[in-house]
Amino acid sequence: MDLYSLALTDVAKKIKNKEVKIKDVLDDIYSRIDNVEPKVDAYITLTQKLAYERAQELQQKLDNGEDIGILGGVPIAIKDNICTNGVKTTCASRMLENFTPIYDATVIKKLEEAGAIVIGKTNMDEFAMGSSTETSYMKKTKNPWDLTRVPGGSSGGSAAAVSSDMAFAALGSDTGGSIRQPASYCSVVGLKPTYGLISRFGLIAFASSLDQIGPFTKTVEDAALMLNVIAGHDEKDTTSADIEKQDYTKALLNDVSGKTIGIPTDFITDGINKDVRAAYDEAIATLKNAGAAIKEIKLEYAKYSLATYYIIATAEASSNLGRYDGIRYGYRAKDFNDLEDLYRKSRTEGFGAEVKRRIMLGTYVLSSGYYDAYYKRAQQVRTLIVENFKKAFEECDVIMIPTAPNTSFKFGAHNASPLEMYLEDIYTVPVNMAGLPAVSVPGGFDSNGMPIGIQFIAKAFDEKNMLQVAYTFEQNTTYHKERPSIQEGK
Amino acid sequence: MKDYEVIIGLEVHAELSTNTKIYCNCSTSFGADPNTHCCPICTGMPGTLPVLNEKVVEYAVKAGLATNCEISRFSKQDRKNYFYPDLPKAYQISQYDLPLCLGGHLDINVNGNKKTIGITRIHIEEDAGKLIHDAYTGDTLVDMNRCAVPLIEIVSEPDIRNADEAVAYMQTLKSILEYLEVCDCKMQEGSLRCDVNLSVRPVGQKEFGTRTETKNLNSFRAIHNLIEFETKRQIEVLENGGVIHQETIRWDDAKGIGYAMRSKEDAQDYRYFPEPDLAPIVLSDEYINDMKNSLPEMPHLKKERYIKEFGLPEYDAEILTASKYTANFFEKTNAICNNPKAVSNWIMGDFAKMLNEKELEINESKVTEENLACLISLIDKGTISSKIAKQIFEEMFETGENAKDIVEKKGLVQISDEGAIKEIVQRVVEANPQSVADYKAGKDRAIGFMVGQIMKETKGKANPQIVNKLLLEIINK
Repeated sequence: MDLYSLALTDVAKKIKNKEVKIKDVLDDIYSRIDNVEPKVDAYITLTQKLAYERAQELQQKLDNGEDIGILGGVPIAIKDNICTNGVKTTCASRMLENFTPIYDATVIKKLEEAGAIVIGKTNMDEFAMGSSTETSYMKKTKNPWDLTRVPGGSSGGSAAAVSSDMAFAALGSDTGGSIRQPASYCSVVGLKPTYGLISRFGLIAFASSLDQIGPFTKTVEDAALMLNVIAGHDEKDTTSADIEKQDYTKALLNDVSGKTIGIPTDFITDGINKDVRAAYDEAIATLKNAGAAIKEIKLEYAKYSLATYYIIATAEASSNLGRYDGIRYGYRAKDFNDLEDLYRKSRTEGFGAEVKRRIMLGTYVLSSGYYDAYYKRAQQVRTLIVENFKKAFEECDVIMIPTAPNTSFKFGAHNASPLEMYLEDIYTVPVNMAGLPAVSVPGGFDSNGMPIGIQFIAKAFDEKNMLQVAYTFEQNTTYHKERPSIQEGK
Repeated sequence: MKDYEVIIGLEVHAELSTNTKIYCNCSTSFGADPNTHCCPICTGMPGTLPVLNEKVVEYAVKAGLATNCEISRFSKQDRKNYFYPDLPKAYQISQYDLPLCLGGHLDINVNGNKKTIGITRIHIEEDAGKLIHDAYTGDTLVDMNRCAVPLIEIVSEPDIRNADEAVAYMQTLKSILEYLEVCDCKMQEGSLRCDVNLSVRPVGQKEFGTRTETKNLNSFRAIHNLIEFETKRQIEVLENGGVIHQETIRWDDAKGIGYAMRSKEDAQDYRYFPEPDLAPIVLSDEYINDMKNSLPEMPHLKKERYIKEFGLPEYDAEILTASKYTANFFEKTNAICNNPKAVSNWIMGDFAKMLNEKELEINESKVTEENLACLISLIDKGTISSKIAKQIFEEMFETGENAKDIVEKKGLVQISDEGAIKEIVQRVVEANPQSVADYKAGKDRAIGFMVGQIMKETKGKANPQIVNKLLLEIINK
């Protein structure tokens, strides 16, 4: 049996029980990458040298009888906007094409303390701005289920890598759906934790009040394990919550009796693809059969999330991306006349169209005279959305909605209208606006055989309830067991 | 020519003397090699996040309390966005609409007249780095050591009317910040600097005139001279039928001239918005009370105590308490020699004169509290005369040597040995029979002549009281 196709939990067990050597696992995953990557293009950078050094170190410890951590020896991929000391971190942008951080993000430290091995950095939409990974300056990542289609975005590389068995798990970041939507498109589990559960230190900021790091895995169980490793307060991030550590694997019970699942009927409207609608209805039936109570709820403000999101996220982005000015690091234009010219040319040449579009939008909404009408109003609506969810959770434990209104589309399908692409985030963005946890779980396939994701949303810091419902759903379906068949070879 | 009224408001930037920067653990010390006091956070590397140094809040709250401000229970930090090579994040974290301290005031004393100057607000923010222009290569280099050094900006109401008031306000503020030990106030190093907003209007006019802004003045003299210059310039423009433009003035301190810079900066939109990486600052009543109780004795209270406890005249007490360093010097010296008036006289007299000449602060002088106390004790014990003491002090000031060592080295000890003096007195009396006769005939002046002769023989070192006593004894025998 091929090692690469195992779940994270299983390969970790095999390593710990010394059924396999860590080097063998690495050999297997890199040979899988050799075979599949030319088709999928999920990675920007591979870190074989560091990975093998680390494998040797960990194996030695293990052979000496030492504990190497719950992820001991497991190869993991990292989205290329999470800083890795000594390894290029590009944000898939020309601006940071040659940028090598001199420090590790807190999540990288936590993964390494738990024994994980970073095997490479994955492709993404430039600076995490996009829903298809097409805005990457580096390459086009393909959906492993259909190489003519997008993997979703912005964490498309991470989703595709896990989906095609090129990593046992991957980290992504989710600002408006960037973990859940590609997880849905690629049929893997994608979890966006509560804002503040994971340290953002070392995550290159897109929109600071929305960004959150989370895992891509093959199963809900693996997601719980990853969460155990990366969650926790960090002194270096004052927006990270100082709360008691939890064991999320304790929530892995195939049992939803006594749980109420909220169905926001006013939010699931006609814009939705009919196959997605069918999968959603089937998911409701699955949970009902498993013993859950199904309750219709209202989320009347959720529909304003997208408009609000594109004000707040772009405003914060316009400020966060100011530092890429060609002065200290990153891309600098070759010829310039003066300081102003250096700024203008470096940013014009260093950023792609989508990033520039959002910087301009954000600059506009923050500018004097417009602040009250846009940014301030958006924050007020955001408060309404937060209250809306609070009220909804008085009536249910977990809310279930589709992850995306559609399935994966062909490359270039939305080139003419960025707004159409923005609509792909309609079901994921409200969760970021309210800072809540949500997870996308494989929930079916459309008539083209493209995956559909079902999303479970919980109260802030109530990941356990969310995981229990997601796990039950997974255990009562078989979609997560299906893998794309990619012909190996170039 | 019409009579004009000058309207001045000051924005004072004070670098807080915390050991570490406002959002990271880098050192704030001045004068290190370029780019040695910085890290990924204060250089704004991608992915880094700020963590607020609590000392900064503490220091700012203290400054607010000492200037009679209301302390905000809820305040937040905001981003001020602009591009400049000394600003690595392309935004400065500052406070916009909810600053830490609001609505205070400061009492100043201008040539004996008291006046109250309103304080609009005090907020915390981070400093920018420094650009160094390399004249040889023509390059501009960035030193990021100063990036994210904590600052407070103290904004005054437009209550100041002339250069003297502005200087008095700055001096009072400096004194308070020094007492609080929240800023070292080294103006020449830029740790205390001020922007002057100035406009003029004909007396009687209600609206303010158009103001100009001059940034980063870092000496009392520069503030004074700029105000005089700019006042005159604006009045001349108006008198000649011109208009004042809202612009920035660049002050050339060496030449004593200001240059108007019609820059685009005035049109700059900073796009302020709440800093999403930092939680709001929420302060409890308990915290603010603790800060209140931890404030040191402020100048006006110290002055009253000096009058009561040391029996000093009000004038002395005022001068001694104007600066924390002078007050500390006074108290430490007096604790050793216990002669408050003598200590006060030295500090305000010869010592002050010499410090002024050298443009030094008292704590920068070579004279230590121990040395001055020792000098005063030597006078009090009669070891040296006060005339010789002045000579010794000059040497102490120059070399930092101990008074006792100077006295011994130069043989300046006063002769109080009666036997030795008696011998000389005897000799002088015998050599001047006429003077003795004059004295006996009632001419008291003759005594003075003989004392003079005795002092001449002892090179001024004989104890005058003993000389007088012995002389009378011998003549009247």
